[in-house]
Amino acid sequence: MDLLRSEPMQLVQLIIPIESAQRSISYLGDLGLFQFKDLNEDKSPFQQTYASQVKRCGEMSRKLRLFKEQMKKANISPSTWSTRDGSIDLEKLEVKLAELEAELIEINSNNEKLQHTYNELIEYKLVLEKVGEFFSSAQISAATRQRELEVQQPSVEGSIDCPLLMEQETTAYPVKQIKLGFITGLVTREKSIPFERILFRATRGNVFLKQAVVEHHVLDPLSGEKVHKNVFIIFYSGERVKSKINKICDAFGANRYPFSDDLSKQFEMMTEVSERVVELKTTIDVGLLHRSNLLQTIGYKFEQWNLLLQKEKSIYHILNMLNINVTKKCLLAEGWCPVFATSQIQKTLMRATMDCNSQVEAIVQVLQTNELPPTYFCTNIFTSSFQEIIDAYGIAKYQEANPGVYTIITFPFLFAVMFGDWGHGICLLLATLYFIINEKKFYCQKLGDILEMVFGGRYIIMMMALFSIYTGLIYNEFFSIPFELFGQSAYGCRDPTCRDATTIGLVKVRDTYPFGVDPKWHGTRSELPFLNSLKMKMSILLGVSQMNLGIILSYYNAKYFENNINIWHQFVPQIIFLNSLFGYLSLLIIVKWCTGSQADLYHVMIYMFLSPTDDLGENQLFVGQKLLQVILLLLALVSVPWMLLPKPFLLKKQHQERHKSQSYSLIYNVDDPLESKSHGIHKNHQEFDFSEVFVHQLIHTIEFVLGAVSNTASYLRLWALSLAHSELSSVFYDKVLLLTWGYNNIIVLIVGIIVFICATVGVLLVMESLSAFLHALRLHWVEFQNKFYEGDGYKFNPFSFTSLNDEDGL
Amino acid sequence: MYGFEAMTFNIHGGYLEAIVRGHRSGLLTTADYNNLCQCETLDDIKMHLSATEYGPYLQNEPSPLHTTTIVEKCTLKLVDDYKHMLCQATEPLSTFLEYITYGHMIDNVVLIVTGTLHERDVQELLEKCHPLGMFDSIATLAVAQNMRELYRLVLVDTPLAPYFSECITSEDLDDMNIEIMRNTLYKAYLEDFYRFCQKLGGATAEIMSDLLAFEADRRAVNITINSIGTELTRDDRRKLYSNFGLFYPYGHEELAVCEDIDQVRAVMEKYPPYQSIFAKLSYGESQMLDKAFYEEEVKRHCLAFEQQFHYAVFFAYMRLREQEIRNLMWISECVAQNQKSRVHDSVVFIF
Repeated sequence: MDLLRSEPMQLVQLIIPIESAQRSISYLGDLGLFQFKDLNEDKSPFQQTYASQVKRCGEMSRKLRLFKEQMKKANISPSTWSTRDGSIDLEKLEVKLAELEAELIEINSNNEKLQHTYNELIEYKLVLEKVGEFFSSAQISAATRQRELEVQQPSVEGSIDCPLLMEQETTAYPVKQIKLGFITGLVTREKSIPFERILFRATRGNVFLKQAVVEHHVLDPLSGEKVHKNVFIIFYSGERVKSKINKICDAFGANRYPFSDDLSKQFEMMTEVSERVVELKTTIDVGLLHRSNLLQTIGYKFEQWNLLLQKEKSIYHILNMLNINVTKKCLLAEGWCPVFATSQIQKTLMRATMDCNSQVEAIVQVLQTNELPPTYFCTNIFTSSFQEIIDAYGIAKYQEANPGVYTIITFPFLFAVMFGDWGHGICLLLATLYFIINEKKFYCQKLGDILEMVFGGRYIIMMMALFSIYTGLIYNEFFSIPFELFGQSAYGCRDPTCRDATTIGLVKVRDTYPFGVDPKWHGTRSELPFLNSLKMKMSILLGVSQMNLGIILSYYNAKYFENNINIWHQFVPQIIFLNSLFGYLSLLIIVKWCTGSQADLYHVMIYMFLSPTDDLGENQLFVGQKLLQVILLLLALVSVPWMLLPKPFLLKKQHQERHKSQSYSLIYNVDDPLESKSHGIHKNHQEFDFSEVFVHQLIHTIEFVLGAVSNTASYLRLWALSLAHSELSSVFYDKVLLLTWGYNNIIVLIVGIIVFICATVGVLLVMESLSAFLHALRLHWVEFQNKFYEGDGYKFNPFSFTSLNDEDGL
Repeated sequence: MYGFEAMTFNIHGGYLEAIVRGHRSGLLTTADYNNLCQCETLDDIKMHLSATEYGPYLQNEPSPLHTTTIVEKCTLKLVDDYKHMLCQATEPLSTFLEYITYGHMIDNVVLIVTGTLHERDVQELLEKCHPLGMFDSIATLAVAQNMRELYRLVLVDTPLAPYFSECITSEDLDDMNIEIMRNTLYKAYLEDFYRFCQKLGGATAEIMSDLLAFEADRRAVNITINSIGTELTRDDRRKLYSNFGLFYPYGHEELAVCEDIDQVRAVMEKYPPYQSIFAKLSYGESQMLDKAFYEEEVKRHCLAFEQQFHYAVFFAYMRLREQEIRNLMWISECVAQNQKSRVHDSVVFIF
């Protein structure tokens, strides 16, 4: 159970008697420590042993989906507190679901029929209203026109302007009434224009169409959807036109309703329709109540059924992965499990056998294999989020040193170096503590994307906050306000007037400030040069030590896998190369800090390469420095070919030796088929291509040598981001808060405070922390992990029911 | 000639090309077909399809399945893909995509008109129509009595209107008329589509002219074979051939005078690209010709995906999907009717 090396795994073969197979798999799913291998990959889904059961499960989940949809329509949510009254087995559930589905479908179809008639009646009512209105208004206008005509008639006779034809017309056919037929109905509004157009074309304009808008939605009887509709009335003459109009109405889905122009009949129909509407309404309501009751009872059990079904489905999927024996009496399973879980698995299988009253016990057998086992770390709630940072880069190779262990401390620390402010740190801490305290509540909830991310990383954020309080105290930053927390400043005024307190005129009057940066530095002219020098050097020290840690981890890896070549021809020259250049620089930095020397370190480092034999002059820090430099330079120069050349040749030699010995050993083992098979596998992947190995080593060497310089420079980002953070916070403090304070106006001050808070939260707490997080991430992934981490493993993915509950299967 | 499509194509067409290529990789493979051919029941087919892109469309179907449901749902998938692409498309791609559906529109018009001629229920006919070829007033087609009315009432509003100019007659509709109308419309449509593609230029023009020429030639051969022994005169037959393609113009002259299938074959074998089609067929056989044509077509459509920055991939994808749906229909029919020995007769493997 340690985090540095992943759990030792083994390939296990389970032989499970067929009668207890399902229960065994179910218990293993509860245990969640066994990763099944698919032994039936070549079979198509319906050829598998349990295909029919999978199909049945699919059918049942379809029914559940139907229920869910219906419940959603009826606004009934499945109750989350599922009542667990005894376990239902799959057969009973299937019967029950089928019954419920049949009932639901019947109720629905009945309701639909009723609804259909109801909608039709409503439409009819609308037609009666609108067309009735139209008829009455038409009658009134016709009557007035008639009267006008009658009034005009006498004067027409005398007038000369009056067209003669009109008179003829009016007099010629005064009595011949053309019997106009009419059709009334409803058509959807967006179709009304094309409808009118087609009518016009089909009848060559020999119809009169009148439409009236229905203001509110109408439920279409056929589709049951809410649509806007128009009531129309079409006047036509002739039977052929009528049949055409009817066809067009059909084509447009316009529902036609009979209407009579007789007023008393209209009234009669109106009352009849209204009565029937009321009747139907009550029937429909009763039906709906019945339905919602049914759905409610389904809703109580829904979650339970859903869970059961998903479990069963996953069990059958696993069962399909197993190899069925020729005798069809037992199933053969293969898979990975951690070594520590062997006894647990045995016990679980035993329990399953007992519960099934099976005669034959399941057999657990450990297999030997050359396959690379999956990587499995036993993480807890705290370490898992750090492990995820590593996994995002690449899953560790089986039993490789896991950088996750160190990340728990180094990651928040490097973050805090860039985010050093104890005020901001406290803000972050409070925010993350809120998440941690309400952990249980948040677990059940579905969170948004970003919130989910923050919640997942709550322990990382907590560590980051704690460390940034710590570094904030060292930097003496609190929203860029200096505090004298650890006693008084070491500096004081030279004379009592002290007019130039922020620039010069300060002398050391007390002992050195005990912890962190002296608050007096804040706001002085030399603040920046002082902090820059401090942080830059600190970044290099941190970087060199982290890179050394990485190289040392590569030593532990090589030792663990007993790879002497890697120790002597990779680890040793690497550590010599790095330390002879940048380890030396770190040493100079420390010596300079301790002695307070004025030496120029740039100069020393540059001239170490350009002219190593020259005299150091005033830049000398300690005796014998020149000699040391020459030795270190030579060591660095030697270590480069050391890294490059020996390893490929040694590998080649090793390969040849192994190859030789293998060709001998094969003869002895011919009798044993298993043994020879494993050798065959062994031989296959040992193809050795020297040029490839050499080029690989060349690349590796160049990368390391160049990387030593560029990675060290890369650690200077610690300084740069820390500088940016403190400067930004001082800008917000000085230019917003202090400036508005100076106005002596309460409103300006409030505005200033609001701006300050927004800027602090938005820019410093969110954006700056995000960028510091990303830079810390990069320093770990690139600068630290490329020294030792292979990350080409694959994750242990056990069959477990707990992971099932998270995802909504439907 | 190639312009600088590579430089600017992705501004408008890049997203959709990516989409269509993604859709293409969702097409069923030979392995899928092999599995499907081994299915015992329609439920097996459904189960197999649930692992493919058709999964979401079939998963909510209750268990006694019918072939029509499978085909309907699969077509729905194609229609959804098409609609999504059409929504995202800008000019001229959107016009190009619309052109693809005109063929279905013609088929639908013919289907409805023939159906009403035989006094079938309009609603029933509408269900049989291809959803890609639907337009607003399609149901109104049933009202029309002759071509002129058909045009004046309904089709004048549709994109098919210009194609109608050649077949407006006042004759009453009958089967022969309708078939001639279908072919005339198709001819006009293919020619128009061809011109449009030429106007687009670049790789689109090059590849599409190849695909459309194949289509036109196939139609010419089909018209010839189907009109052998009917009262259609040679001149009329000649008029139905599209005025482009490999057979144009000399092949058309020869096809117009063909009297039996072997003559057609002789004409076609003069054209090297079509020689391979007949290589597998024995003399006098016309049943397998369709399949041979389909196989050739699928091959050409697959090749369209080899080149980038052109619109022909959309056309090819739609056609390949349609072929796939035809395959599925055939397989499920064979499974449903217990004719599994005939499964391979008409299935065209795409990959």
